[in-house]
Amino acid sequence: MKVPSQPSGSAGETDGPEDRLRRFVTIWGRAIFPVTATSLTRAEFEGHLLPLARLLCDALLARPFDTAPAQRAGAGLVDAHCTDPDALGRSLGVVDSYLVLYCGRDDGLGGEDLRARCARLQHAMATGYAQALRERTRAEQESIARSALAARSAAEIALHATESRFRAVFDGAAIGIGIADLDGRVLEVNNTLTRMFGGVEGHVRGSNISEWVHPEDGPHVWRLYDELVRGEREQYRVEKPYYRGDGTVLWTNLTVSLLRDAEGEPQYQLALMEDVTERRLLHLRLRYEATHDALTGLPNRTLFFERLEKAVTAGPNGEKGRFGLCYLDLDGFKAINDSLGHSVGDRLLVEVADRLQSCATGPGEMVARLGGDEFVALTTRTDGERDVAGLADRILAALSGPIGIDGRELTVRGSLGVVEGPAGERTPAEVLRSADITMYRAKSAGGNRFELADPEADARAITRHGLTTALPTALERGEFFIEYQPLVHLDDGSVHGAEALVRWSHPQHGVLGPDRFIPLAEDTGLIVPLGRWVLQEAVRQARSWQLENPRTGGAGPLRVNVNLSPTQLHHPRLVADTVDVLERAGLDPGALCLEVTESALIGADEDLLKPLRQLAEMGVDIALDDFGTGYSNLANLRRLPVSVLKLDRSFTRGMQQHPVDPVDLKIVEGIVSLAHSLELAVTVEGVETAAQAARLREIGCDTAQGWYYARPGAPDRIHSLVLADAV
Amino acid sequence: MERPAWAPPGIDISVPSVSRMYDFYLGGSHNFEVDREAARKAMEFLPGLPKIMQANRAFMRRAVRYAADNDVTQFLDIGSGIPTFGNVHEVARAADPAARVVYVDHDPVAVAHSRAVLDGVDGTGVVAADLRRPADILHSAEVRELLDFDRPVALLLIAVLHFLEDADRPYEAVAELLDALAPGSLLVLTHASYEGIPVDAERASGTVDVYRSTRSPLVMRTAEEIGRFFEGVETVEPGLVPMPHWRPDSPAEEEDPYAFSGYAGVGRKA
Repeated sequence: MKVPSQPSGSAGETDGPEDRLRRFVTIWGRAIFPVTATSLTRAEFEGHLLPLARLLCDALLARPFDTAPAQRAGAGLVDAHCTDPDALGRSLGVVDSYLVLYCGRDDGLGGEDLRARCARLQHAMATGYAQALRERTRAEQESIARSALAARSAAEIALHATESRFRAVFDGAAIGIGIADLDGRVLEVNNTLTRMFGGVEGHVRGSNISEWVHPEDGPHVWRLYDELVRGEREQYRVEKPYYRGDGTVLWTNLTVSLLRDAEGEPQYQLALMEDVTERRLLHLRLRYEATHDALTGLPNRTLFFERLEKAVTAGPNGEKGRFGLCYLDLDGFKAINDSLGHSVGDRLLVEVADRLQSCATGPGEMVARLGGDEFVALTTRTDGERDVAGLADRILAALSGPIGIDGRELTVRGSLGVVEGPAGERTPAEVLRSADITMYRAKSAGGNRFELADPEADARAITRHGLTTALPTALERGEFFIEYQPLVHLDDGSVHGAEALVRWSHPQHGVLGPDRFIPLAEDTGLIVPLGRWVLQEAVRQARSWQLENPRTGGAGPLRVNVNLSPTQLHHPRLVADTVDVLERAGLDPGALCLEVTESALIGADEDLLKPLRQLAEMGVDIALDDFGTGYSNLANLRRLPVSVLKLDRSFTRGMQQHPVDPVDLKIVEGIVSLAHSLELAVTVEGVETAAQAARLREIGCDTAQGWYYARPGAPDRIHSLVLADAV
Repeated sequence: MERPAWAPPGIDISVPSVSRMYDFYLGGSHNFEVDREAARKAMEFLPGLPKIMQANRAFMRRAVRYAADNDVTQFLDIGSGIPTFGNVHEVARAADPAARVVYVDHDPVAVAHSRAVLDGVDGTGVVAADLRRPADILHSAEVRELLDFDRPVALLLIAVLHFLEDADRPYEAVAELLDALAPGSLLVLTHASYEGIPVDAERASGTVDVYRSTRSPLVMRTAEEIGRFFEGVETVEPGLVPMPHWRPDSPAEEEDPYAFSGYAGVGRKA
């Protein structure tokens, strides 16, 4: 190292021993700062060096000479974190070169002496540094080792706590836990698992998982197992049965996980088992109860629909099987129930169920009770209609033998609707509806038979069915309305009254005429409330016409004609209801004409005629509608309480021709003449031309209705026609 | 599989530890051969690594003093490592004897050693927790006991964020910590970067490779990426700069070239 130039001057004010010492420190600091790792600034660092430099300086001049302070200076370097040995080398270089220069004083010691002392101080400093560094290194090594040990024992304590917790979890878990190696050897199981298997630990521990095959294992169970032990799968979850030691079956929800070692190699398998035996039994029982009929033990509607769904759905690969369905409804079962009681009825159903079941015992066949006396047989073993027809035959045959209940021999008959077809074309609901419709065809054909489904018959029935089911709500929702067709006096063309014609404003099918829904209303009995509503409306309307047009003189008050259906005729409250309606509206009975069809009165006995007679006596006109279409028993006319004949439009149709059919003319003439002799007025329907009207007037008909005068329309149209009359 | 929170990490001193390597760079002997071997290997690529560490320590010292000068005397030092000379509490207490310091590290040996060194030192505490789980730190008994969250805290993240990979969500972790601190709190951080290293990036990446063998791989980030840690706080002058340029005590030209590797900065929460 180069020696800096001798400081100029000697012992000047700015060059006292203290300043020289500081300069020495500055040189020293600059030499070793780069090899320290201190975070101190240079100035701070020099602050640490200053006392060390003072030690060296004092020792250089001390009497007697002592090297111990130099040792302390060496140790001080280590204390100042100059742990890099290079720091010592550089320090010794600085001491060697500058200590005598900056600290030596000419006070008796010669230059040689000082140099010798400086050398010895360096030796001592090196010794001190080495000792301190050795101590520090030892201390730090020991402290870090102690810390590592402390950390490890802390970790071990934690690990032990963890293991204790794990053990507690393992032992106390409500689920069974088992660990096996990858060969399937069971290494460890907890108490719960042992208990689940019947309580004998040896039975489980030490055995091999591969022995635990159960016939009800799904095919995937062992495939998943193989994948797991091969390390291709981390986990699987299945429902799996096991045999217990005593041979009973344990059902479990099983979760198996693969345990890997630190290198990721598969090592163990961990099984978590939940005992679901009880739950499963309960589930099976609930499932059975939910899918079987309590009375007969047959599958119920729910189960049937599940199977039907499967049967009519094409397979996953589009393969289409066929299916067959026999829909059975017992004939006359209600009568048995009503006359012999529900107990007998129930026993009958049980016997029927047994017999039906004997007809469909093969795989792919089932019999179910849908409710009441309705049963179904479903089969997927069919190659065509013939097979299912055969099944229907067997069912009819099975039912044919009398059933003995309480010493009584009961005969049971049934009507069957048979549907057969390929899967994948119809929904279950469509199939069942077709079977239902077909069953009704068998029933209306007399029962005790089966019919095969027919798409056209279905289509007809479906519309009919739809309208029938919509009827009750239609009345509630006010979908019906009435149009009025004027009745006109033929002699002067004045309006006599109007016929009330009911219409159905159907939300989907638009406005429907009475021919579309009156027969349905008849069948369902809805005709009674519907008829009453029509009567109320028409009577109210007639009264309001009268109030608006108080006509006097020959024309008399406006009248209204209302149709009565056969069912209404039979209804016991016909007279009372009619009187009630008239009174409420305040309409004179003479302003009401009830129209009854000829066919409704064929063979009518006095009981049936009595209400009509009562009404007639009150002043209500009774018109015989559609006269000439039925049997037209003229002799009968005398004893009927009828005051008006309405000639069917078929007669007037003949008069539209040109020339007029003379035979038709004669017949009408005859009828009119006969009617008049019986004091019956004659109304003609279907008048469409002026010529017709003229001819009918000549013949002597009293009133007419038809397009020539007016089509059926809203009530205010009648009102305007009447006004036109008056002009 | 992620280690459950209650399971302690294994103490495996056959794996190099970044905190013991750091101690080695700083001339300490709180380390084992495996640490020294890794550190020496890293120094083959970056012989000036000790100078980088020294610059980190010097910056920390200046930043702690800056905090104390601004009346922030609570310190949360995360990634504190092996205590060595010039610890935060020593620097802080030189400025304010009432200063409080909580040291946090996830290295169990560093934590055990810190506990041994700080045993009986009032106003200091040590938490074994991971920066990746800020909630563990914020809810630790020591933090709750020693730090008053109603007053500003200096959050020290010295040479630690570069051990969090992006998948560890370091930005979210810093945000979560800052979120818990009172207005006026300081974010003090340094971060490794290829920028400023006096060798080419290819050579420096050799060091990154060495750290891959530790449990804390080193993630170099750009100044822009490091700047994003200060989102939501205002950096104080002179912003994010190479360590020796942050409010230096002595002229930068006296610094070792390696000291300019990486960035340092301080932010203040409004």
